[in-house]
Amino acid sequence: VSNAADINRPNVASFARHGALVAVFNQLIALALSYITDRPLLTTMVYSQSIGLSIWAFTDFGRFAFPRDPRTGWPRGWHALALTVGGTVFGYVLGTFIGDAYCQCSTWEAWSSAPRRAVAYIVLTLAASTLVSLFFYNRGREEFHRARLAEAEGEVSLSKLTLLQSQLEPHMLFNTLANLRVLIGVDPPRAQLMLDRLIAYLRATLSASRATLHPLSEEFARVDDYVQLMKVRMGERLLPRLELPEELAAQPVPPLVLQPLVENAIKHGLEPNVSGGKLIVSAARDRDQLVLRVRDTGVGLDTASGDGTRFGMQQVRERLATLYGDKATLELGSADDAEGGTMATVRVPLCATP
Amino acid sequence: MNASGLIAEDEPLLAESLRAELAEQWPALRVVASVANGEAAVERALALRPDVLFLDIRMPGMTGLEAAQALAEDWPDDTPFPLLVFVTAYDQYAVQAFERQAVDYLLKPVTSDRMAQCCERLIRRLGERKSAPQAVQQTVDQLRALLGSPSLSAPAPAARLDVIQAGVGDTVQMVPVDEVIYFEAADKYVRVITASKEHLIRMSLRELLPQLDAQRFWQVHRGTVVQARCVQSARREDTGKVFLTLRGRSEKVVASRLYAHLFKGM
Repeated sequence: VSNAADINRPNVASFARHGALVAVFNQLIALALSYITDRPLLTTMVYSQSIGLSIWAFTDFGRFAFPRDPRTGWPRGWHALALTVGGTVFGYVLGTFIGDAYCQCSTWEAWSSAPRRAVAYIVLTLAASTLVSLFFYNRGREEFHRARLAEAEGEVSLSKLTLLQSQLEPHMLFNTLANLRVLIGVDPPRAQLMLDRLIAYLRATLSASRATLHPLSEEFARVDDYVQLMKVRMGERLLPRLELPEELAAQPVPPLVLQPLVENAIKHGLEPNVSGGKLIVSAARDRDQLVLRVRDTGVGLDTASGDGTRFGMQQVRERLATLYGDKATLELGSADDAEGGTMATVRVPLCATP
Repeated sequence: MNASGLIAEDEPLLAESLRAELAEQWPALRVVASVANGEAAVERALALRPDVLFLDIRMPGMTGLEAAQALAEDWPDDTPFPLLVFVTAYDQYAVQAFERQAVDYLLKPVTSDRMAQCCERLIRRLGERKSAPQAVQQTVDQLRALLGSPSLSAPAPAARLDVIQAGVGDTVQMVPVDEVIYFEAADKYVRVITASKEHLIRMSLRELLPQLDAQRFWQVHRGTVVQARCVQSARREDTGKVFLTLRGRSEKVVASRLYAHLFKGM
C-alpha cells in the first residue's frame, strides 16, 4: 500500500481476513464449550460460529455507518462503544436464532430456567467480542503507523536529495570539469589550482557539520573557492570583490550561510547578463549586529527566474531561524544605486568575545 | 570550398578548446566566428552563412535553442540551412529530446572520441546535402519538436491572465485579454495591440506566454502571438512564410516557417 491515509479503507481482502480470523476464534470457543459443558461439538460449533460470525458481520460492516478515524479504520468515542455493544447484542440474538433453528430448541426458554447461566454466556460473549474488536482495532492502527513510517522515510530521503542537488548543481559541476579538462592540456599549474578549489568546494558542500559554527574568514574562503571556479568559467564577465575587515574575521557564523546567496547572485544575476558584472561580498559591523552583504550588478530581481532563488533563500532562512530565532534576518532586494542588480543582506547577532 | 563553422559558447576556455579540438579532428573546417551569446550567434550566422553551427544551450540572453529558432525563422531561401550541433553540460531532458529528434549534440566535457564521431557524421551529412539539397524544412520540423518538448520551453505554466495591466504614466490601463488581437515582442517589452489601441507592458514575451491560453492565443513567430479568432485569413508564400490578415487591424502579421503548419485547410 502506497498511501497511509488509504491503508484502512474498506476492501474485500481485509474483510475476508477478519472473517477467517473470527471463524478460527469461534472454533476455539466451540471446542472449549464442548469440553466444559459436555454438549456435542457440532452443537457448540453451530452456536459459536453463528453467534460469532453474526457479531463480526454487524460490527465489521457496522463500522461504515459511523465516521471513522483514518488512523485505525474505526469510529471513535461513544460511537465505538455503541458499535461494539450494539454489534454484540444484535449478533448474539441473530446467531442464537440460527443456532436454535438448527437444534430445534429455544435458548431463551432454557435461560429463564437458569438465569445465572444466561448471565455467564452474555458476559463471555461480550468479553470475547470486545477482545476481537480490540485486536482488529490495534491491527488497523499498527498498519497505519507502519505505512506512515514508510511514507515519512520516503519524504525525508527525497528532501535530502533535493537539498544535495540544489547545492551540487550538476550543470555547474560538469561545466567546471569541462574547463578543468581544457586547462590540464594548456595550463597544468592553473588546472591544479582549480582542482584544489573544486575539492575544497565539494568538501564544504558535502560536509555534514552543518549545526556548528565556523569563523567568518572560513566562510569567506569557501565563497572565494566558488567565486574563483566561476571566474575561470566566466572570465572577464565576472568581477568579484570580497571585503572582510580583519576585526570581524573570527566572528562565528553558520557554515554555508553566504555561499547559497553568492551562488544565486551569479546564477540568477550575473550569468544571464550578457555583459556579466560585479559581485561584492562584504562584512560590516552595525552596533551589536554582524551585517553580511552579497551584492551583484546583474539583471536584477524583475527578470531573475524564481524557483532556484527561493529554494536557496529558504534554506538560509531556515538555518538562521534554527540558530538565532528572530535575532537574525535575511533580506533580498534590489540594489538602490545606479549600477542596479540585487542585494542580499544577512544580519546576525555580533559575538562579543569570538 | 571548405566547410565553414561558427561556435557560440559563453565560456572563453571552452570556446577556445572547442576550436582547438575541431582544428585537430576536422582540419578542413574553417571556423569563421566564435561568439559568446545567442544574439551574436544569430547576427554572425546570418551574415557569414556557415555550414555548421555549434550552439551552447545555456548562454546569457538568448539560449542556443532560441538562437536556432531565430535563425530558422529568418534564414534566407538561397542558402542551405546550417547543420546544428547543440552543446550542453548537463540537461538530461534536453539530451532525451535531442535523441528523439536525431539532432546532433555534444556533452561537456567533450571527449576526443565523441568529437571525432560528431565530425565524421557532420562531414557525411554535408556530403549528402551536396548531392541532394534539402530545404530548411527538415530542420524546421526538428526544431518545432524540440521547442514543443516541455522541458526545453522555459517556464512552467503560470496562472491564467484575464486582464493586462498596462501602465501609462501614473495610470494603469486595464485591457481584457479577450480584446487583444495580438502581442508583439519589443526588446524587453511586449506591445499589446487591440482593435483601437496599443499598449506597452514591461515583461518579455517569454514570461507572458505561459500565462495565456494556448488554445486561443497562438504563437506564430518567436516575437508574435495572435488571438486565433482574430485571424481572418492566412496566405502562404513560396518562401514558407504565411501572411495573416486580422479582423480589426489593417496591418498584416507574419507567421514564420516554424508555425506555418498551424494554418492548413481542414
